[in-house]
Order: sequence, then C-alpha cells, then structure tokens
Amino acid sequence: MTSYDVIVIGAGVVGSMIARALARYRLRTLLLDKAADVGEGTTKANTAIVHAGYDAKPGTLKARLNLAGNAQYDRVCSELGVEFDRCGTYVVAASAEERISLDELYARGRQNGVPGMTLIDGAEMRRREPSVTPQAVGALYAATGGIVDPFGLCIAAAECAVLNGVELALETEVTGIVREGRRVAGVEIRKQMPGGNLAVQKLASRWVVIAAGLWADDLLHSAGLDGLSITPRKGEYYVLDRVAAGQVHTVLFPCPTAFSKGILVTRTIHGNVMLGPNSVSISDKDDLACTREGLDEVMQGALKLVPGLDRRQIIRTFAGLRATQRPTGRSNTGDFVIEVPREVDGLLLCGAIESPGLAAAPAIAAYVVDLLRGAGLTLVERPDYDPTRPVQPRFSHLSREEQQALIARDPRHGNIVCRCETVTEGEIVAACHAPIPARTYDALKRRTRLGTGRCQGGFDTPLAIEIMARELGVSPLDLTLKGGGSRLVTRQTKAVA
Amino acid sequence: MRNLRCDVLVIGSGPAGLAAAYQARECGARDVLVIERNAELGGILPQCIHNGFGVRVFQSDLTGPEYVARWARMAAEAGVRTLTRTMVLAIESSPDGARRRVIATSGADGMLAIEPTALVLAMGCRERPRGALAIPGLRPAGVYTAGTAQRLVNIEGYMPGERHVILGSGDIGMIMARRLTLEGARVEAMCEILPYVSGLRRNLVQCVMDYDIPLHLSTTVIDVAGRERVESVTIAQVDAAWRPIAGTERVLPCDTLLLSVGLIPENELSRAAGVMIDPVTGGPVVDQAGATSVPGVYAAGNVVHVYDLVDDVTASALRAGRSAAGCACCTLLAESCELPVTAGENVHHVVPQRVRLPLVPEEGATLELRVRQPVEKAVRVRLSADGDVLLNKRLRYVRPSEMIGLALQPEWNERLTSAGGLQVDVEEA
Ligand SMILES: Cc1cc2nc3c(=O)[nH]c(=O)nc-3n(C[C@H](O)[C@H](O)[C@H](O)COP(=O)(O)OP(=O)(O)OC[C@H]3O[C@@H](n4cnc5c(N)ncnc54)[C@H](O)[C@@H]3O)c2cc1C
Ligand SMILES: Cc1cc2nc3c(=O)[nH]c(=O)nc-3n(C[C@H](O)[C@H](O)[C@H](O)COP(=O)(O)OP(=O)(O)OC[C@H]3O[C@@H](n4cnc5c(N)ncnc54)[C@H](O)[C@@H]3O)c2cc1C
Repeated sequence: MTSYDVIVIGAGVVGSMIARALARYRLRTLLLDKAADVGEGTTKANTAIVHAGYDAKPGTLKARLNLAGNAQYDRVCSELGVEFDRCGTYVVAASAEERISLDELYARGRQNGVPGMTLIDGAEMRRREPSVTPQAVGALYAATGGIVDPFGLCIAAAECAVLNGVELALETEVTGIVREGRRVAGVEIRKQMPGGNLAVQKLASRWVVIAAGLWADDLLHSAGLDGLSITPRKGEYYVLDRVAAGQVHTVLFPCPTAFSKGILVTRTIHGNVMLGPNSVSISDKDDLACTREGLDEVMQGALKLVPGLDRRQIIRTFAGLRATQRPTGRSNTGDFVIEVPREVDGLLLCGAIESPGLAAAPAIAAYVVDLLRGAGLTLVERPDYDPTRPVQPRFSHLSREEQQALIARDPRHGNIVCRCETVTEGEIVAACHAPIPARTYDALKRRTRLGTGRCQGGFDTPLAIEIMARELGVSPLDLTLKGGGSRLVTRQTKAVA
Repeated sequence: MRNLRCDVLVIGSGPAGLAAAYQARECGARDVLVIERNAELGGILPQCIHNGFGVRVFQSDLTGPEYVARWARMAAEAGVRTLTRTMVLAIESSPDGARRRVIATSGADGMLAIEPTALVLAMGCRERPRGALAIPGLRPAGVYTAGTAQRLVNIEGYMPGERHVILGSGDIGMIMARRLTLEGARVEAMCEILPYVSGLRRNLVQCVMDYDIPLHLSTTVIDVAGRERVESVTIAQVDAAWRPIAGTERVLPCDTLLLSVGLIPENELSRAAGVMIDPVTGGPVVDQAGATSVPGVYAAGNVVHVYDLVDDVTASALRAGRSAAGCACCTLLAESCELPVTAGENVHHVVPQRVRLPLVPEEGATLELRVRQPVEKAVRVRLSADGDVLLNKRLRYVRPSEMIGLALQPEWNERLTSAGGLQVDVEEA
C-alpha cells in the first residue's frame, strides 16, 4: 500500500494553502476533496474580504492569524497571480450610539496591532463614498483591508501545490480516519468509479490534516475524538451587475452586532457589487438554499448602508455556510481550533475556521507547518520548489495591442464565447488543460468568469458545452455543472437519419 | 490592429441588421458592412425552427431559418458585406463626439478598428436569467432560460431535461413547451405570475392548449429543490402584489426549470457610446427613422424594444437602414423639429419616443405601442396632439403581448408643426 507523509482532507482555501506550504518540503503529500473541484465548500461562497484584523478578540488565534495572513496577501497573490486589491474597508456608524462602538473597534484594532486605521467623520465618509447613507455620522477606515478572488486564490494555491509534486484526488470522500492504537494510520476513502460504482479504499499516511470546513467535527469523531461540534450558520447574498460598481468602490460594513459583522455592501474584485450576508443558524450542512425572508433581510440591511441600490441590477443570489462552533462545545472560545490533539499521534485539526478564515489562510498554513514540525515531522526543503504557477492571459484585462498579439499567437482568443464577461475560446481551452483542469461548468466559471455576468450563461452555455466536451474528450452528456449527478443535458434529441 | 472604413456599419445580423443593411445599400450607401458575433447570420432566428415568420413581409408562412435566409440572400445580392464570428467590443467616440470608431475582434482577422459614417445598432436582446428574479432555493443543474434550451435542442441536438416546469408564459417558453413535448419530454406545468398569459394568443393555443399542458396563472415558483440536478420546484399562487399566498404551495417533481420571464434589449455598447436609453423600454430613445440621440447612430429591432412579430422588426429596420444611408450620403433634411411622444392612459410605452417633422411620405412612420393591462372588449386607441385628436382607432381587444401600430400621416404635418407633443391613450370604447 502506498504511504503518504501527509494527507490533507479538504481542498478549500485552508487545505490548499496548507498543501502549498507543505510542497516546499520533501514530503509525499495528498490533498483530498469530495467535491468535483477545489474550493467547492465555504471557500466559493463568502464575502471575499481580507479583513484588516480589528474584529477578533485580542490574544486569540483569530486575531493573530488574521493580522499575519493579511500581511502576506500582497506577496502570496503576486506569486500566484491572483487578483487582490487592498482597497481599504469602512465600518460605518449611522447613529451616535454606533459611533461609540467605532471607538471600541478602533481600540481593539490597536490592541491587535492593526496598522493604518483612522476614524473619520460622516462628511469625510460621504466624500469618499458618495452613495453611503446620509445618516452616516462617522466611520472606521482600515487601510490594510482588501478584497480578493477567494476561489481564484484557492485554485492557484492548489495548482502551485500540484506543480510542486502534491497529489490531488477530487471526488474522493474521506469516510473515516483510521487509527492503530494511539497512532493515526491513514484514512478510508470512497470514490465514485466510472460506471457509477463506489470504490472503498484505505490510504496510509503518517499525518492526517483535517481541513474539512463544516465537516471537521465529523472527521474528528471518526478518529474517536470529541470536543468539537460544528453548526452551520448561513449567509445569503445578492450580486449586482457591474453597472452598480459606480456606486461602491470599497467595502462598507455596518457596525457589528454580537453575532456577526452585519450585512455589508462591497465591490468585488471582479467589478460587481455584492450585498450580504445575513446570519441564520441551521442544522443541515448541505443546505445552501436561499430563502425569500433571508434575501429580503439582506436587501433591507444593504439599503440601510447604501439607500440608492437598484433591485433591477440583481443578477445572482447565493448562500454560504459558516463553520461555527456550537456554544456547548467543550473548548468553545469562539476561536479557530488549530491543534495537534494530545490523545492521538499523527492528527492535526483545523476546526471552526469561520471568518476571517480566508484572510488568515496564508498564516494558518504557516502555523500548521510549525505545529507539524513541532510534533516531530521532519521538514527538508526542496531546492526546486517554485512558489509561483503559470497564469493564463485574461483577454478582457489586456490592452488592444496585447489582445492583437494574443490572437495572432492563438486565433481562438479572437472568438468570444461569453459576451458579458468577454471570455474567449482560448481561455476556455487553457482552463481545460490547466494543472488542475476545469472539468465542470462551475469549475470553468470560477477560472474564467464565463457565465458570471448579466446573462448568467444564457448565451455561452451551449458553446461552452461543445468546447469542453471537445477539449476534455468526453460526451456533452457526461458534462456536469458541479460533478455527481448535476448533468447539463440529458440525451440527444431524436436521431435524424 | 486592422483599420477599416465604411459608409454604414451594422452591428448584429438578425432580421433587423440584415434588413437595415439591405436597405442602406438600396438607398445608395456604397460600402455596407454587417458584423455578427455568431458563426452564422440570422440572429435568434436560426434556432426558431417553427413557422410563423414573414406572413406580412413575404406573404408566406416561413420558419425562422427560411425567413432569415431570404434576407441574407437579398443582402448579399445587394452587395452587403458580412463578417461573422466577429464581436464588437466597444464603440469609441472622437473627442468632439462627431466620429465613431468600432472595435471588434475575431479569430480570423484579429482586432479591427472600423470607422463608419453611419452606425446601425441591431444587437437584439437577451433573456432575463434566474438571478434577476431572485428565485429562492438551491442552485442545481437544470435551470435554463427558454432561449438557451431552444438553442440546445434545435441547434446542438441535446435535451436540457426530461420533466420540465416552465416559469413565465413568454412566446419562447410556449414554443419550447411544444418543442419539448414533440421530443418526447414532459412539460408538467407552465406558471405565470400575471393573471394573463404574457405571450401571443396564437402560441397559447397552438403550443400549450393543444398539448394539454397545465397552465397556472397568478402562480410563481417559490422554491427550487435538488442538490445536483433539479428534483422539484414548489409553486404557489400569488396575490395582487405578487406575494405568495400561504396554503397554496404545491411541489412539482421535475428535473428542469425553464424560464421565459422577459427579454432585455442589449444596450451595453449603446450606453457606452453615449446613446440615451429609455428606462421603460431599456432601448435607445429613437425617432421614427431609428435615429438615436447620437448623430449618425441608428437602432432597429429588439435592441430598441422587444417585438413579437418579425415583420415589424423588418419594417423598423428598413426605416433605419434608409436613414443611415441618408446620413452616409449626406442627404438628410437638416432642418427638422421634434415632437415628444407620451404614453398616456393604459399605454406602457410608445416607440419612437420622439417624432421628427416634417413627416415624409416615402420614409413611412409608425408609432409602436404596448398597453399596460389587457382589455378583453372594444377599446379606442386615441392619438392626439395637444388635445387635438388625430386618430381614433377601434380595436376589439388589447393585450400587452400584442404590439399596436399606428401609421403617422404626412397630411398631419401642418397640424403638428405648431403642436408641443403627441400622446396616445387607450380607453374602453
Ligand atoms: C457567509 C460567509 C462570509 C464569510 N466572509 C469572509 C470574509 O469576508 N473574509 C474572510 O476572511 N473569511 C470569510 N468567511 C470565512 C471563510 O470563507 C472561511 O473561513 C474559509 O473559506 C474556510 O475555508 P476552509 O478551507 O476551511 O473550508 P471549505 O472551503 O469549506 O473547505 C472544506 C473542504 O473540505 C471538503 N470536505 C469536507 N468533508 C470532506 C470529506 N469527508 N472528504 C473529503 N473532503 C471533504 C469540502 O468539500 C470542502 O471543499 C466567510 C464565511 C461565510 C460562510
Ligand atoms: C425564440 C423566439 C421566437 C420567436 N418567434 C417568432 C415567430 O414565431 N414569429 C415572428 O414573427 N417573430 C418571432 N419572434 C420575434 C422576432 O423574430 C425577433 O424578435 C427578431 O429575431 C429580433 O430581431 P433582431 O435582429 O432585432 O435581433 P436578433 O435576432 O436577436 O439579432 C441580434 C444579433 O446581434 C448579434 N450581436 C449582438 N451583440 C453583438 C456584438 N457586440 N457584436 C456582434 N454581433 C452582436 C447577435 O449575435 C445576434 O445575432 C421570436 C423571437 C424569439 C427570440
């Protein structure tokens, strides 16, 4: 049986960043995910903000890793060719009471060591973001806050890991962690085989890292340990057309409540405007449904911050689930749970990685490596480690001259497939042959922006199906939206003789 | 980047683009070029394999591909040049606003910069997607707009699903209800949030009723279930404010939800070119010849407002093509004044939004309007200029789905020159 040094369960942004951090060393590492693509969990559905770090309670892991993660974003994103904009964030106070809470946030930020914070008055806030509510009496500006492409970062980190020798297995579900006495021996996996059968298999590994988001507690229990109980908390969102981007240039938070950072209005790195999230405790870890009430709450909340938002510019709704620790949990402090449980050897747990998990991800990865080293894993650097990955040209980002040169090199870049987002056939072809190929429509979407514009795939879907089938060498009947049974078309129309 | 010049450049090769280009040549423009993003000419029509096209224009009942093939041939014979698989990315204006440069890309030709004397916008429209309606529920595979499904079935040869629920009763949705049934799939229901069907009566009879497809009016989809592929949708009746009525929910098992909930004129290019857009139609503000607010830029077809009959699209495009040629040849009447047109009682919108005077007999001019509410009994459509009634047209009924045309008469010129504006009202007779 093949044996790994480390198996990382979960290829979200946390697992993928960990895999990349491990790829620096001479290790045999396997990154596993049950979904058809990396980043299909919470990583694909969040607010995408690289928080400055004033929210978390001083002294917590959250506070420390948020700050450290934030500081690494420029380097990590430039190495990986990921879109990131340190545009600054605002917490807007709309009443005298709220104004007081800004002082508290500011003080907490100072304690956490957050640089670049200033308190501004309502007039200054409106000067910077004229669409903000006239009720604004002041704001906390955090210059180091930013916005990022969260799935782009996850894909890039996983690709970098793969290019440096990490093995990746998608559509591979870990059904349990295998123990031999005190020692963790590996994992048991279930894999969908061609033809629809399920194959069950054991994989041996010296270390198992749980980076499974909402399912971290279930996996921990499978190893015979308790002490963590994750309860999902849903956040729903609206995405608005790019034309709304004239209204919001940065990130506008309301003053936070005890439960959440509140419903915000933010520009996205792709130039849309996003509203959300609300915060609703639910029980089903797969329940990503948007509800009428939830969406109404989001719109109400967003309008309080930016009263001029136009409902007619809505192009999409979605929901994401926070991996919140249940209040009854044994060690619940509201903090990230990143530790090597003392009861066993060979297990590392990343639990309750809720916000600011994205902002902290680069620092979480570094911390995990430190913990593994401290627990006895020998880490020898590989001389050939490359922290970058090849970045495919994005037609819509190029100058006319560069576009001309690109088409001259590959005429498929002259064929526009997605007209709202100006995505070319060349970009689709490249995504189908990337280090982690796009094998589903959603995977293609996250890599190229195809179908994410105002027509939401209306024009491109038939063309994308044709190109993907050709490039991947499969029948259109086998193409899915997001793996499993999510087929795009069901059969051929009646054959014509 | 290759630089080109032409007299008239047409963006889009649907029935509007082809007719405008044909007419521009017929009216003397020397160099007329049509740019089309798709691999084939014809806009939306190659996928409309049903009949019902051209009854007025050609006095024969053609399919979409047949109708557009005729126009493609006529345009080619008239000397129109076409570039397919070429997409317009931007319309740039010179600093003084007088000239325009159209930037396009194609695999075969690379980047193109084209400077036309006159430009005709004929980009058609797109379908309103699920996100725009914010339908609650999960987001599995199997949710398509009806036009996307139509392309999958009629062009690509693949079925979007086996058991369909159609939300919205637009024409494409009704046509797809029949098409899918003929392909051996099931259509479990068609739901419409309005108390009446939003597409043509003809399609309701021939595509829905003839196939016994259950139609639920004042009903909408309030939930979509299924993690991977659609497994069911929940429908519910709505009150007058479109709020779901508790207790009327019903779960319909299905694997596909098709949306036929409206078309939106494609005017991102027009907006960026500074063309004034009517917030009601979503299309450019035009005069009776399709002239937009930007000199030298014309518009025709679905890019202006959504048509239900291709014959009307063609007529609007012939007018725009004629005036684009006039602009290109500098024969337009320089001195003219404009009358604003107001949508009055029970009128949703009127196109053109302004009428240029004087009315010229060979130019032809038609007011195209849609009502807000259906009236299933005799009505009077009244056209007036400052209260002075020009026309009183009796109709047996009016429906939002059926566009109403009012021809403007050149003999009104004198009465109109002193008027401040035109207004159309629709009232019970
Ligand atoms: C509404 C919302 C808003 C947020 N906003 C922000 C923000 O603005 N800024 C910020 O920093 N953070 C934010 N967060 C938090 C951030 O999104 C998460 O902390 C981060 O994405 C967590 O990444 P992850 O890799 O731990 O989890 P995930 O992305 O969920 O990855 C876990 C992966 O594990 C896989 N998996 C699970 N079980 C198994 C198994 N048994 N076998 C195989 N694979 C398995 C899953 O398929 C999944 O891909 C937000 C979160 C939510 C929900
Ligand atoms: C599904 C359907 C069924 C119909 N059925 C009937 C019927 O039965 N009978 C009837 O009389 N009428 C029918 N109609 C109505 C009528 O035929 C259409 O409204 C008509 O096709 C509109 O013509 P158009 O030229 O304005 O737009 P379109 O046909 O949509 O053409 C627009 C063209 O512009 C191109 N384009 C857009 N942007 C760019 C760009 N940036 N660069 C290059 N090219 C671009 C598009 O690719 C497209 O080819 C139907 C319409 C639809 C949608």
